Amino acid sequence: MWYYEKKLQYPANVSRTDLGMAKFLFAQYGGPDSELAAAVRYLTQRYTMPIPQAKALLTDIGTEELAHWEIIGTLIYKLTCGATPEQMRNAGLGDHFAQHDNALYPHDAAGVPFTAAYIASTGDPIADLHEDLAAEQKARTTYEKLITLTNDAGVIAALSFLREREVVHFQRFGEVLMLVQEHYQHKHIFY
Amino acid sequence: MSHHNKDMVDKLKNIMAVDFAVWELSLFLDTHPDERRAIEDHNKYVRLSYQLKNEYESTYGPMRLDSISPYPYKYINSPWPWEIEY
Repeated sequence: MWYYEKKLQYPANVSRTDLGMAKFLFAQYGGPDSELAAAVRYLTQRYTMPIPQAKALLTDIGTEELAHWEIIGTLIYKLTCGATPEQMRNAGLGDHFAQHDNALYPHDAAGVPFTAAYIASTGDPIADLHEDLAAEQKARTTYEKLITLTNDAGVIAALSFLREREVVHFQRFGEVLMLVQEHYQHKHIFY
Repeated sequence: MSHHNKDMVDKLKNIMAVDFAVWELSLFLDTHPDERRAIEDHNKYVRLSYQLKNEYESTYGPMRLDSISPYPYKYINSPWPWEIEY
């Protein structure tokens, strides 16, 4: 199970309201390579992992993705705080406002709702870990694009942290993939 | 966004930094469970985190629902993490 702790994993500050940037950040709140998709992907795949290192890693990285989802949510909340319906409309968030007001909702940057179709879980640990390595790279490149879309120092700092985490997770998934491959190569015959 | 006590935010950011060290070492240990030095570092930061949280919670209230609570129940109090200027 999980317990909530009243802190973010990394400080999320914004220097001004920026509805356009909030709209772009929805890519990582409810898009195919979003933090939500990552959390559900890893926390779903972990049950059928064959070795302790892989069960632990998918549990812990899946949990960290929820903390990243919270950082993205905080950035969107702060960037849209106090925005009027007219400002939302002018920033391309009129359709969001019509359905959700200033609330958050897991959709992508274009308003497409989150779907479990973004998740792969094949029951084949080698296939699933390759999926996870690709997912980390897709999230990394998304963060690099998002960083080029803003000059807000607080937003850039938070997005740079999240980008670095994708790199570290890729490294750990690569290590655990090697361990799983060794596990399958080992002969499970004792006499 | 409301303004908060600088001491509270400084102490909270210190906890966030120490907990990040714990977290990063934990992911490393998931794939390197035999690395003694990493386990020592992990445990060092876990002890520091525990001390910092005890001190923070005695002043600013529980961070978790399983923290010991004063009367009245202060866990619910603002600011929540998304309401803080860090």
